[in-house]
Amino acid sequence: MGKTLFDKVWDAHVVDTVDNGPQILYIDKHLIHEVTSPQAFNELEERGIPVARPDQIVATADHNTPTENQHLPIKDEMSRKQLQQLTENCEKHNITLYGLGHKYNGIVHVMAPELGITQPGMTMVCGDSHTSTHGAFGTIAFGIGTSQVGQVFASQSLLLNKPKSLRVSVNGTLAPHVSPKDVILYIISKIGTNAGTGYFCEYAGNVFEEMSMEGRMTVCNMSIEMGARGGMIAPDQTTFDYVEGRKFAPQGDAFAKAVSYWKTLPTDQDATFDKEYHFDAEDIAPMLTYGTNPGMGIKINGAIPEKGDMTFEKALEYMNFKGGAQLLDTPINYVFLGSCTNSRIEDFRIAASYVRGKHKAANVNAWLVPGSQQVAKQLEEEGLKEVFEEAGFALRQPGCSACLAMNDDKIPAGEYCVSTSNRNFEGRQGQGARTILASPLVAAATAIAGKIVDVTKEAVA
Amino acid sequence: MEKFTKLISTAVPLPIENIDTDQIIPARFLKATDKKGFGDNVFRDWRFTKDGTLDADFPINKPQYAGAKILVAGDNFGCGSSREHAAWAIVGYGFKVVISSFFADIFKGNALNNGLLPIQVTPEYLKELLAGIEANPELPITIDLENQVVEMAGVYAEQGRSTKAEFDIDPYKKVCMINGYDDIDFLLSKKAEIEAFEKERMVF
Repeated sequence: MGKTLFDKVWDAHVVDTVDNGPQILYIDKHLIHEVTSPQAFNELEERGIPVARPDQIVATADHNTPTENQHLPIKDEMSRKQLQQLTENCEKHNITLYGLGHKYNGIVHVMAPELGITQPGMTMVCGDSHTSTHGAFGTIAFGIGTSQVGQVFASQSLLLNKPKSLRVSVNGTLAPHVSPKDVILYIISKIGTNAGTGYFCEYAGNVFEEMSMEGRMTVCNMSIEMGARGGMIAPDQTTFDYVEGRKFAPQGDAFAKAVSYWKTLPTDQDATFDKEYHFDAEDIAPMLTYGTNPGMGIKINGAIPEKGDMTFEKALEYMNFKGGAQLLDTPINYVFLGSCTNSRIEDFRIAASYVRGKHKAANVNAWLVPGSQQVAKQLEEEGLKEVFEEAGFALRQPGCSACLAMNDDKIPAGEYCVSTSNRNFEGRQGQGARTILASPLVAAATAIAGKIVDVTKEAVA
Repeated sequence: MEKFTKLISTAVPLPIENIDTDQIIPARFLKATDKKGFGDNVFRDWRFTKDGTLDADFPINKPQYAGAKILVAGDNFGCGSSREHAAWAIVGYGFKVVISSFFADIFKGNALNNGLLPIQVTPEYLKELLAGIEANPELPITIDLENQVVEMAGVYAEQGRSTKAEFDIDPYKKVCMINGYDDIDFLLSKKAEIEAFEKERMVF
């Protein structure tokens, strides 16, 4: 019987199998940041053991970082201390750190792919659930807890049970204005937030094959929101073209050799999956969430379901929405374009193409936060910064920002925020904040109108 | 890690579905660089009212559940962020067991790595358990890890209720919980195998 993409990458990394137990999986790349690593470093210290493979670890500062005045000392003492600790730990253990201000600094799931650290066929982990992003390259990439960060430090390996396999296929033609973010929000709204628990997901079908790498990253990023540990898309020419020439990608003959291996990775025709879902691209529209988990999504011109269970009622109460109502015309005072889901150059290009020549509504606070220093640089080079500034937006400096509001970028209690991030949990963007997840295009249109508008009625750019 | 074999305790009902780790410990509390102190802020924004006082209506705050070491929660517990701080907060508050009809993967792993036993039961048994606790907040619940059984005190059997349920646990993790071992010890014992694998593998 044939093997899936996931099987091929997993099996190539199994060091050993415990009788009746988990397997030891070798990890190629370990990404770390300031929030989930300090306790793991402490653990090593307490046990008196070294970091096994410092050269396979890359560190960045992102969760906690301010998005303004990054050249100044950080005001918040706890944040400053946490970042200082990351710096000290990396120096002590010879780990490469792209700290604040470094030209490669950025959100871990944005900077690693753009530097070519992420490559097909790898195993990658990070103490962050959105590590699933890197699966866009045909990589087994997943989030881990801090104890596991310690395990990888100590052994460059993890003890794991092999997850089951799930395939989500989307075929057909996407309507205008429908973006990768809408595709994944649609999938999660259909199958729910725990449909993927215990599974690793492969996305298949022409919709993903035709998608850019950045779009694929957006899709894989939100795999965790349906419960899956990770999502993957088979590497193809789009993948190879993206990786080629990047700083840490294999060069010359080594690249050609790598590509010939990467070409063997896609799922075999006769491979079977433990669970499969199929969707038609034609049924997907720009999406919005109305509730407090990413599965509570509707089409932009659709209505909130009438009735649900206690969790549904609780969510509606938190959001101050009514069952059966539409979200169109809801006044919105905050728009956040950023996060590891949608802070790449393509996301800003789409937003800029809409915003060009228009001006944001007076009631809107629009936060544009690029995913990395390199994206910020590109925004300037491509003249997009100017487009946004002319439209009354201000670009901030890279970081996770209002996606989880660990820094000062918090949405005030009771306010709605149309956000390109991945989670609309209660209090996620600040205590009492009400998050509506959407694509960069919908976020841009909201910022211009000051309320939710039906982008499907707009002319195609 | 603390050893876990058997526990008899009362339980707190929290029958909300999809409780994400942002609710268990909000992001603003993740700035600490050690594992201590998170218990004070477990379920922070649910446990406290807006003016910072304890919300008397939130189950964990109710006096009848004081001292309970078991948390009984709705489906898909621990979804969302990978933050292990969520497990540290639950353990820090004093819970030893979480029972639900479904756990998110990363949370489950994090719990097991911190001596917190996640017990998955059927939705039917979860309902029974919640009803049992509601009828009698002092109902003792026995968790027997050795035999993988959760059991409500016998009185409910007379009413024809199913009081007992078996649960699954990965055999390796069971050994770790019972003996207080962790994965680092095990992985370090496999150093030679890992190094041999590194020599053979395709280099990235």
